[in-house]
Amino acid sequence: MPATPVLPKLVGQRVKRREDPRLIQGRGTYVDDLKIVGMQHMAFKRSDIAHGRIQSIDVSAAQAMEGVEAVFTGKQIAEFVAPMPIGTPFPSPDHRALATDVVRYAGEPVALVVASDRYIARDAADAIVVSYDPLPVVVDPELAMTGKPTVIHEKFANNLAVPLVPSGTGCTPDGSVRDDTAVDRAFAQAELVITQRMVNQRLVPNAMEPRGVVAHYEQGKDYLTIWSSTQNPHILRSMIAGMLGMGEHQVRAVAPEVGGGFGAKINIYGEEYVAAAVSKRLGMPVKWIEDRAEAFVATTHGRDIIGYVELAAKRDGTVLGLKMRLIADIGAYNMLLTAAIPTLTMLMASATYDIPAIRTTLTEVFTNKTPTDAYRGAGRPEATYFVERAMDMLARELNMDPADVRRKNFIKADKFPFQTQMGAVYDSGDYAKALDAALLHSKWDELKKERDAAQAQGRLVGLGLSMYVEVCGIGPSATLPTGGWEHANITVERDGRITATTGASPHGQGNETTFAQMVADQFGVAFDDVTVLHGDTAVVKQGIGTFGSRSQAVGGTALHMASTKVKKKMAAFAASLLEASEDDLVFENGTIGVKGSPAASLKFQAVAAFAYIPVPLPRGLDEPGLSADAYFEPPNNTYPFGCHISMLEIDRETGEPTLLKLVAVDDAGHLINPLIVEGQIHGGLAQGIGQAMIEEAVFNEDGQLVTGSFMDYALPRATDFPHFELHSTVTPTPVNPLGAKGVGEAGTLGSTPSIVSAAVDALSGFGVKHIDMMLRPEKLWRIIHGQAPRQSSGQGPRPGSGQGGVA
Amino acid sequence: MIPTAFDYQRATSIDDALAKLQAASGGKLIAGGHSLVPLMKLRLSEPAVLIDVARIPGLSGIKEKDGKIEIGAATTHREVAASALLKQVCPVIADTAIEIGDPQVRNRGTLGGSLAHADPAADYPAVMLAVDAEIHIKGPQGWRKVKANDFFQGLFTVDLAPNEIIAGVQFTPIKSAAYAKLHQRASHFAIVGVAAAIDVKGGVFQSARIGLTGAGTHAVRLTAVEQALAGKPATKATIASASEAAAVDEVNSDIHASDDYRRAMIKVFTRRALEGALARA
Repeated sequence: MPATPVLPKLVGQRVKRREDPRLIQGRGTYVDDLKIVGMQHMAFKRSDIAHGRIQSIDVSAAQAMEGVEAVFTGKQIAEFVAPMPIGTPFPSPDHRALATDVVRYAGEPVALVVASDRYIARDAADAIVVSYDPLPVVVDPELAMTGKPTVIHEKFANNLAVPLVPSGTGCTPDGSVRDDTAVDRAFAQAELVITQRMVNQRLVPNAMEPRGVVAHYEQGKDYLTIWSSTQNPHILRSMIAGMLGMGEHQVRAVAPEVGGGFGAKINIYGEEYVAAAVSKRLGMPVKWIEDRAEAFVATTHGRDIIGYVELAAKRDGTVLGLKMRLIADIGAYNMLLTAAIPTLTMLMASATYDIPAIRTTLTEVFTNKTPTDAYRGAGRPEATYFVERAMDMLARELNMDPADVRRKNFIKADKFPFQTQMGAVYDSGDYAKALDAALLHSKWDELKKERDAAQAQGRLVGLGLSMYVEVCGIGPSATLPTGGWEHANITVERDGRITATTGASPHGQGNETTFAQMVADQFGVAFDDVTVLHGDTAVVKQGIGTFGSRSQAVGGTALHMASTKVKKKMAAFAASLLEASEDDLVFENGTIGVKGSPAASLKFQAVAAFAYIPVPLPRGLDEPGLSADAYFEPPNNTYPFGCHISMLEIDRETGEPTLLKLVAVDDAGHLINPLIVEGQIHGGLAQGIGQAMIEEAVFNEDGQLVTGSFMDYALPRATDFPHFELHSTVTPTPVNPLGAKGVGEAGTLGSTPSIVSAAVDALSGFGVKHIDMMLRPEKLWRIIHGQAPRQSSGQGPRPGSGQGGVA
Repeated sequence: MIPTAFDYQRATSIDDALAKLQAASGGKLIAGGHSLVPLMKLRLSEPAVLIDVARIPGLSGIKEKDGKIEIGAATTHREVAASALLKQVCPVIADTAIEIGDPQVRNRGTLGGSLAHADPAADYPAVMLAVDAEIHIKGPQGWRKVKANDFFQGLFTVDLAPNEIIAGVQFTPIKSAAYAKLHQRASHFAIVGVAAAIDVKGGVFQSARIGLTGAGTHAVRLTAVEQALAGKPATKATIASASEAAAVDEVNSDIHASDDYRRAMIKVFTRRALEGALARA
């Protein structure tokens, strides 16, 4: 008789993503793959100027085209679509899905065509003639703050969206009380103060799949189904229902395969509201698929925060205080989470350090640009960048090793949970452990010798080191307008197979794999016997979504809780059949057995079958069946951390930077699937390196996105990177029973400042103290060759960049 | 991509392509489509008819004939980059092809398409100047040959009538030639690209041909540098000094590189190309 196969324990294993075969072979079903009988196609006419008053819109030619079902101007849409809601508590101007009288950024929709195919729709949109009375354009947030040359929203004087939010030491959370005593004292006692203006430049998220939506209102049922390339179908359902005046029970939202989001698909967009409303109005299914050129201007951008950073310290490297004045250029409108993103920059201002006095202020400014919202890291990379660059400047000023100055100021491992001056309560951490691991694995001392030897030969080689701590696993319900829990259901089917559902709708995170690993282990069944469903509000009863590195920490925990409930009930069925105590049962290898009695065991499948035909129903059980829901409400966020080290060489003649080495130590707590974690880190590193070295959304003075295609906006490629050297330390979180913290965004935090610091190190011989991103070769060449920075068209290098000061 | 409506025809021979071009109003030849399709996608080009020449028998391929190399117009960049023949007898051509765009572009884009489109930052024009290539063109009046030096005339402007087709290029292979390029990191077009071919005898530069792309409206020869090299010892010092003469009057300026920077890079990459060529001499 063959031996019973022993199923491997899967949690902690490098299980290959079960999603990949279908996605790599082009067999995934995305929004654009959907076809419905009678479906019409939408195309938007978008403003080609950044600011102007609409004088007239002539839709006659479009309307006359064969195949055109309907044409709507912004004013006509406004008759049945209300201004779009936002998810933050700040005041916000009316934002219509389509502009009604004034356009405020290039790319803002002004009219809409519904036609029988996509090509006709686009032809007709092109045939719409809009005439504008141009208004002055402002693209520089610091100029916009003066109210010149234009005020974009009448009721928002000086273009201030969020006027000034002070926080930190001596401030109450609502900003109503502000006591500067401690901060002033820290700066008075300082032996040196590092001051630097830094720009965390605007980026274009660029998911591989642009946005898309199909809306299908069925009049006979009074029921709407909306498919959208979104990160959060349940939030989409609530918002669509609210905007259409329908009940949530009348709306089904589906996120089929989603080809990346990076935060930009959290927002609920005008195109989604309009598709739903137009489908309902016309009684026809409609589809809209964004093209790449649209995606560049019409999907939210990321970052674009200026930080005025002051770091007060003693000459031994002890940091006494930090001031950070933030100016966020949020573009023309406030989107769902726009105003909240820079508040995360404030929240994380203490970084990994025990800084006794911190004052941050935040001003959010309207400009004539595409609105910003979340982008991978969303506010936290900005905080990391500002603080870590300042720490690096401090180390350089004191001639200290950048590792030493950091170590000196770490929050010590025995002080967790630790409440920072910004109010964040860090759950767990051991920063010295991560730093030591990075120094060890990078062979830091040897790297320094290598750098020195290269520099002695005249090569411009530099080293950079950055710590990071991130707020993830978001989060307690008090921190999100939607609530911050996550939902899951586990059903053991009659045949012993398991269906899991999760509200953490993935868009590339691999949850179908990691969650199946967890469930298979918990029930002692085969991986292939577990299916994870997601992304459909008709299948997944409730959910919040995937963002803020939350799907494992919050969604995974909800699933764990649901599994625990079902397992308990299943144990009751098995105990009655085996005449054993529930506490003595062991779930393994597809059986449920009794501890110490190897002969007494039942097939998992047999117990499942019995649970659905329980004759008789075991004593103590009220209901047949094996299914349970769970909601996990996290008591706190999680705070993963790590250390990234870079080595970079700059070509002396051309200024071209080449990343020679990148060593990343990341601590995300317990890892369910290290292979997927590494994939997430690789992606994060790619985008972090992209920001440091080659990505920048550049607008010219007319408000045109000069980098509006991949011809001018560089997406990082494999050839832009060295081999990534990844290591991890494990500091579990006490916030959830898995001990898992979240890792989706981590790569964008540490890599970026470490690379810029490496560039500054490489060019230190030229007296440079700071270089704003991106590391454009010409910018570096000008430093090397003593050429003054030059104003390029658009927002290029500014006077003063690279002129860091020490007071 | 959502272009305006167009008809599509596949040509079976050069003459068939010419006939189809003649018959169509608003027709455009297409091969790899890597210059034309992006323009159509943005509706900056709206051809009524696309005449596909990519599969015309004999229009692609690389061969040696009577001591000369012929490359068919429909030969892809990948085929050029991978050509064992070119790597052996004229490696600068293969070196240039491998620097074009990315693998997808190289798998589809063609030599003839690149030359006809004449993007100011395209790589091939520089090397065509350096090897003194002859471009073979057929039109309603029959065949004609144009030297690369006369072919590139201005911004997206070449000596090619709308009713003509490039059949291929022909040149005498030269080993002592090299291409040096400063990549624009988004498009991987050349911010500055320099191809240099040199003739060294007895330790002396006999002659040189240097083609520059990316700097101005179209690819040009750097004749001042060529003259500065002639008759001088074939050394790095000569190259360094001659490269200082690398300059053009009108230089592009954009967000990737200002004119100042490009001017400096013209000298740097001229020197690098010449050093590469010298290493092969």
